[in-house]
Amino acid sequence: MFNLAIGLGVVLLLAILFLIFRISSLISVAKGNTNKIETSSNKINGAMFIVFLVGTGFLFFWYSFKEFDNYNLPVASEHGSEYEFLFWITMAVTGVVFVLTQFLLFYFSWKYQYKENTKALFYPENNKLEIIWTFVPAVVLAILVFTGWRVWTDITAPAPENTNNIEIMGYQFAWGVRYPGLDGELGNTDYRVIEATNSFGIDFNDKASYDDFIPREMHIPKGEPVTFNIRARDVLHSVFAPHFRLKMDAVPGMPTSFTFTATKTTEEMREELNDPEFNYEIACTEVCGRGHYSMKLTLIVDEPEEYMEWYAEQESFLKRNPEYLSKVPTELKEVALLKTGIEN
Amino acid sequence: MSTAAEVNIGQDVQHDEHHDHEQSFISKYIFTTDHKMIGKQFLVTGIMWGIIGVGMSVIFRLQLGFPDMQMEWLRPLLGGWISESGQLDPEFYLALVTMHGTIMVFFVLTAGLSGTFSNYLIPLQVGARDMASGFMNMLSYWFFFISSVVMMTSIFIETGPAAGGWVVYPPLSALPQAIQGSQLGMTLWLVAMVFFIVSMLLGGINYITTVINLRTEGMSFSRLPLTIWSFFLTAVIGLLSFPVLFAAALLLVFDRSFGTSFYLSDIYIGGEALPNMGGSPILYQHLFWFLGHPEVYIVLLPALGITSEVIATNSRKPIFGYRAMIGSMLGITVLSFVVWAHHMFVSGLNPFLGSVFMFLTLIIAIPSAVKVFNYLTTLWKGNIIFTPATLFSIGLVSFFISGGLTGIFLGNSVIDIQLHDTYFVVAHFHLVMGSLSVFGLLAGVYHWFPKMFGRMMDEKLGHIHFWMTFIGVYMIFFPMHYIGIAGFPRRYYSWTNFDAFSAYTDLNMFVSIAAFVTVAAQFLFLFNFFYSMYRGKKAPQNPWRSNTLEWTAPIIPEHGNWPGEIPKVYRWPYDYSKPGAKEDFIPQHIPLSQTPESNLEHEVELAKKEVVGKTADAKSNT
Ligand code: HEM
Ligand SMILES: [Cu+2]
Ligand SMILES: [Cu+2]
Repeated sequence: MFNLAIGLGVVLLLAILFLIFRISSLISVAKGNTNKIETSSNKINGAMFIVFLVGTGFLFFWYSFKEFDNYNLPVASEHGSEYEFLFWITMAVTGVVFVLTQFLLFYFSWKYQYKENTKALFYPENNKLEIIWTFVPAVVLAILVFTGWRVWTDITAPAPENTNNIEIMGYQFAWGVRYPGLDGELGNTDYRVIEATNSFGIDFNDKASYDDFIPREMHIPKGEPVTFNIRARDVLHSVFAPHFRLKMDAVPGMPTSFTFTATKTTEEMREELNDPEFNYEIACTEVCGRGHYSMKLTLIVDEPEEYMEWYAEQESFLKRNPEYLSKVPTELKEVALLKTGIEN
Repeated sequence: MSTAAEVNIGQDVQHDEHHDHEQSFISKYIFTTDHKMIGKQFLVTGIMWGIIGVGMSVIFRLQLGFPDMQMEWLRPLLGGWISESGQLDPEFYLALVTMHGTIMVFFVLTAGLSGTFSNYLIPLQVGARDMASGFMNMLSYWFFFISSVVMMTSIFIETGPAAGGWVVYPPLSALPQAIQGSQLGMTLWLVAMVFFIVSMLLGGINYITTVINLRTEGMSFSRLPLTIWSFFLTAVIGLLSFPVLFAAALLLVFDRSFGTSFYLSDIYIGGEALPNMGGSPILYQHLFWFLGHPEVYIVLLPALGITSEVIATNSRKPIFGYRAMIGSMLGITVLSFVVWAHHMFVSGLNPFLGSVFMFLTLIIAIPSAVKVFNYLTTLWKGNIIFTPATLFSIGLVSFFISGGLTGIFLGNSVIDIQLHDTYFVVAHFHLVMGSLSVFGLLAGVYHWFPKMFGRMMDEKLGHIHFWMTFIGVYMIFFPMHYIGIAGFPRRYYSWTNFDAFSAYTDLNMFVSIAAFVTVAAQFLFLFNFFYSMYRGKKAPQNPWRSNTLEWTAPIIPEHGNWPGEIPKVYRWPYDYSKPGAKEDFIPQHIPLSQTPESNLEHEVELAKKEVVGKTADAKSNT
């Protein structure tokens, strides 16, 4: 019943609109102004451009200032500040061009609207102007590119020797993390030995894997370089940690990595934001299927001492799942028992 | 009104070389080889796809703006894709986004825009009776039609259409166990795209051949309207890049169906390790974007060409910097092939390659900037008549600025680390590619409707349509920049799982409402379009007092375009408001020798040489 009423209402509305349309076009035929350039509607359209310019210009500045703290996520990594610098430099340059060109576009449209008895200026070309506005943008862009390029080479430089290697593996639809354990070296993996428990496909032929641990929570230290060694098990995923200005795809068959240094612990960020619930989050930004929007990983940044403490407490995968000792080659059994700390 | 043009037509009509043989309905409207009818076929099919593609965006904007909404009422349409609890299925959300992107980019803005106007305008504006090969041209439409049917079918199958994003990256698109959309839906997607590519290649070869070989006497390349230049370069880009997409698709077919490992390696899915080893998903990305980026210019250039023509005509001024415009289009054409990896800065690409592509990408911003400055200078001191086409062209330039500038952020690999695959990108490409090209399409329809159907569209409705759409587009896509800077990832069914992305529910609601209003405004256009086709005011010979050749053909041209001889061309197409001239426009077919009062210095010389041709012409006319 209700639907019917809405339907009828819509039909009625459309009928009225159609009538208005017919009447107005009949009137314009009767007036006989069919072939003249309609100066009245031309004036209105010209004026609308100014109204639009002022109106949206106001909205743009007002909202950009009012919301600044909401869309500008706090930065928590070293290269993040460089990113911010570049972003806002680019914003300043493009912002000026944006305001200027949009202003000219709408202003000219209004100012040079059709007037009877005037003639447009025949002005087909001016090579000097063309050269100027080829060169000026070229120089400005060159400067932007050059600063960008320097930061880029910094960010993508090979990881330093003392970095904290951590593995992140994307799969449908979650993230797994693996730490290298006390030897500081991530053991090899082989996707062919993956099953429900050994979800990383840890290869027990490699000594380095015996002390690797898979924690319940992900921790990283503040102020030390951290390298995410990123891979995917099934389809593409992408590690995105917005507060660290960090993103890197996870690709099956092709390990990738991203090295950065966190500058604020979770605790510090909670204070800064006055939000005791705050947590750093990692999201997936490469479409990977049904659960793409829910691939969340929480990340805790600790003071280095706290981190060391936490790190030392973790039990290796092998210790938690001793049944995998059977996969260890006999000649390495002893090493395994020692490294996992099962026997001491 | 257009005195000069009418005189000439008058002469032509006296020719008794009659062309209008009776045609059957089928050969006139369906399997037609007339470029004008083929253009209209592309237009109507494109509009139909536009309705579907935009309709999909309404459904997913409902989801994004009102995530808790009961969608039970959509069950009659979507069936099982609405869950028990009345929510949209997340996988179907992805399918919608994928189909929306595919449809908009390929079916609406490649076939619908380039297909329509290249077909319709090339022969009319270069002065040819038809395309080089009418038959191939017909095939081009019908391959597109088959492609459309296959793509449409995929929407209705039980496992749903392709759902891996319009870029259909493997392994997601290669593995049927990864997502339902990668089952039959993906196969149909690939088949449809293969037909689509064939269609575009057939069309492109025709456009290029026609422009090179069938120009009328006097129509040198330096006298071509910018529309034709843009269609020509678009076709060149398409011809060089679509085959690469074809290859990418073919390899994907092999991986999906014949057990090859071009894109697959080290995969464990659905409880089993797959045998594929040694492939690279990145290879697909390179191949895809080798088309994908030029594709952006395939949808952009025709829109810019149309704008150049419309702005010059309606500001009654020559386009400023005709040669610079051609130069910048040539620059864009060449550069569009060497920037593709800017879509892959964080794909695991070698960082050094990243730097190279950052340099190249920012270079392509320069010709784009030149174009904007030239448009602005064309408007300066003009005498602008705001036809709906003019309004849409001015709106287009505004989008070109807004969307082009955000490209400078994304082309910078450092900034792209954060913004890649967020709503900032969605905002960027919807302005610079989506809305810009749609505005080009609309400007073209409003401008050439009188030529296509011999009737005028209603101006007032056109004005209202423009303002609602223009304001609407900014209200939809501008806020997405803020959402993107805040880090909201794209292709997300909902953001509430993340604390970082749980703000801006109000802004998302606003965007959705703006989208619904804007979509509603498009019904004004649809009504205007179909109503005017039958009931619009009769069009005069040259309604916009324009210089190009199509307005010298009869109001409703027959197959063959000009009943008599094809007019010759004596000047460039932008002699608007020439000092000394009686009228504020001098069409291309008016000899210089007839306009001594307005000839420029170098034209005086040309006019003298012209006389010979003129007498010959006069003889044949008597
Ligand atoms: C009323 C008009 C439109 C609205 C409201 C709209 C909205 C959207 C939104 C919100 C998305 C992102 C969805 C997501 O990532 O979850 C999207 C994706 C997309 N849209 Fe639109 N859009 C519109 C018109 C267009 C047009 C004209 C084009 C033409 C180029 C276009 C091309 C695309 C493409 C290529 C994607 C990406 C699809 C993908 O991620 O695979 N859209 N649209
Ligand atoms: Cu994902
Ligand atoms: Cu690109």
